Amino acid sequence: MEQFFAALTLSAGYNTALVCIGAALLGAASGAIGVFVLLRKRTLVSDAVSHATLPGVALAFIIAQVYFGSGRSLPVLLFGAALSAGIGVLAVDWIKTHTRLTEDAAIGTVLSTFFAVGMVLLTIIQSMSISGQAGLEGFLLGATSGMLKSEALTIAVAAALVGLAVVLRMKEFSLLCFDEGFAAASGYNVRWLDRTLLLLLLGIVVIGLKTVGLVLIIALAIIPPVAARFWTDRVPVLVAIAAGIGASGSYIGAALSASAPNMPTGGLIVLVLFSFFVVSLLVSPVRGVLAAALKHYRFQRIVHLRQGLLAIAHNEPVLEPLTRSILRRGGFMSGDGQPTVKGQSEARLIERDQKLWNLYREMHPEESHALADWSLKPIGEVLPADTVKVLEQELSPHVVHPEESGKGGAN
Amino acid sequence: MDIFLQFDLPSILLGSLAALACGLLGNFLVLRKQALMGDAISHVVLPGIVLGFLFSHETGSWAMMIGAGIAAIFAVLLIELIRRIGNVEPGAAMGVVFTTMFAAGVVILEQTGTAGVHLDVEHALYGNLESAIWLDAYTLSDLWNWQALSTLPESIKQLFIVNLLVIGFIVLFFKELKISSFDPLLSASLGFSPKWLGLSLIVMVAIAAVAAFSAVGSILVIAMFICPAATARMLTDNLKTQLFISGIASLSAGLFGYLLAAFGPGLLGYEFSVSAAGMIAVVAGLQQVLAMLFAPHYGVVMRRRRQREHVSA
Repeated sequence: MEQFFAALTLSAGYNTALVCIGAALLGAASGAIGVFVLLRKRTLVSDAVSHATLPGVALAFIIAQVYFGSGRSLPVLLFGAALSAGIGVLAVDWIKTHTRLTEDAAIGTVLSTFFAVGMVLLTIIQSMSISGQAGLEGFLLGATSGMLKSEALTIAVAAALVGLAVVLRMKEFSLLCFDEGFAAASGYNVRWLDRTLLLLLLGIVVIGLKTVGLVLIIALAIIPPVAARFWTDRVPVLVAIAAGIGASGSYIGAALSASAPNMPTGGLIVLVLFSFFVVSLLVSPVRGVLAAALKHYRFQRIVHLRQGLLAIAHNEPVLEPLTRSILRRGGFMSGDGQPTVKGQSEARLIERDQKLWNLYREMHPEESHALADWSLKPIGEVLPADTVKVLEQELSPHVVHPEESGKGGAN
Repeated sequence: MDIFLQFDLPSILLGSLAALACGLLGNFLVLRKQALMGDAISHVVLPGIVLGFLFSHETGSWAMMIGAGIAAIFAVLLIELIRRIGNVEPGAAMGVVFTTMFAAGVVILEQTGTAGVHLDVEHALYGNLESAIWLDAYTLSDLWNWQALSTLPESIKQLFIVNLLVIGFIVLFFKELKISSFDPLLSASLGFSPKWLGLSLIVMVAIAAVAAFSAVGSILVIAMFICPAATARMLTDNLKTQLFISGIASLSAGLFGYLLAAFGPGLLGYEFSVSAAGMIAVVAGLQQVLAMLFAPHYGVVMRRRRQREHVSA
């Protein structure tokens, strides 16, 4: 626990601090880019991208080993990863456009076949019996424990650059996501924009290989935007929140993993991010489950109250228990189920309101259909005053006078 | 010969049977555009397998299988739940669930100290095809000897049963699977619920994934689900033919993949062998590439040629 707080406050050693900051920058950048990948509904393409890095890493290691004598150079490995991931993306596109197979089959094919090639290459590396190959295993699930200072620095700087690029291209990307046709008509090269988006995603995947590992890196681009989506509908805010969630989740995850032995970094980061997602799902005031439940509860109350009052107005007994309790709490009904004076007058108001609404529906069926809160709110709050006036004039000669005089006589 | 029987044959059997079980079910995943469900399932079974192992303390046990099945059903329900109540796009909901559950599996594995002893993560990712050995086999006649056959590795017997289950499932529900894959609305109006059939398909996928998992690893299970089915889909429009072709493609990937891995480097003059599971998936992928390029009707090359004939005519 102490060690966790030490790592959290950046006082558990220079390397740990650097790793945590690097992870946070990585999380921020991937959260930001993930927003656009999510909005373009291409989330699972990133899965193909991440798995397709493996053969590149392995091949780069072999080539560097054979020609330079040492394969354990992070930039070389990452370059190889980026190259093969790029080929993977092109392969997905090719299968999708040139054969009858659908995108999901294309993604599955590419990710599994590329990964398999990588595995075969890894076994070749194992049989080459050279030192330093242990580092390659870390690419699968991420390992920050043995990370060199220079590596952590590379990751931090590269992540910051990608994040910056996303922020600079935000306007074009939003246009691409929401209205591709308009973007094209406004003179943007849509194809090129799409490629840039995938290229930045690829950059994130490659940078994150060492920290989170290739199996789980896509979580960094998926979970923060999905969680952020619960809080807002505006793109710049969405990007900011996703980046914030990504950064804090990765930071806490990296700190947790530094605080105890046998704590895989990638797995912990993903679990922390998931907890953020669950919290967003539950408590967000915009689309959260609790907010939706509250909204439903209020809606239910309005409907029950209105139906109850209408029943009173028609002299029908109210039997539904929920309606009865709502009426009683509002003071419209006494304990023995009889309407109070307040209830009577409110019921007449609602009845008249309902009649106006019914008339409106008869006169303007299309318009009334388009109204979301038709006959739920008092008509004066929804429709303009002159429309209501016309309705009232229409209603008054036939219905209102006999009703009111009849009721008055009965009382 | 006895070396072949003792070491190579069990691995070939294991790889081919794993490929067959997954490859047959994969047809329906590909047709229903649910190919990535295979991806998701193969990831989410990890926590189930780890918990099953912690419960039973032996690898290859039925407890692991049950744990994986439960994990798969749990994942499907969770994806549905997130999709419905959170109004999240299906692909994203799937991504959230499978990465999280895989991460949970990895963390439990490392934390409980099971890692490295019996199960480890690399194992889960790569599988361990070469570990299948059949020490009681000496001559070819042992293949007909019931007593010798009963000493086959447990994992092969398990996969054999799973294959029977899969084939039984497909034969029994062929009509339902066919209609609900091509026209879910029609199947609903004919009175069998596509939802239940879909869920039972996912359960079968999970069972096949788990059985194949220990042999070829979680990532290559995806190749087994998708590649043979996609290969067959390029070659035919008839579902029965497609099932048949995908079965052949699975078996041939299992056989040639293993042979290439075990003897390929030797033929080139190197003294090592490469990952058999990886090679099986590579062969499955290559078969698909060939089918995509040269399939008689839907292949890219033939379509180009037809287009050119159109233009010149």
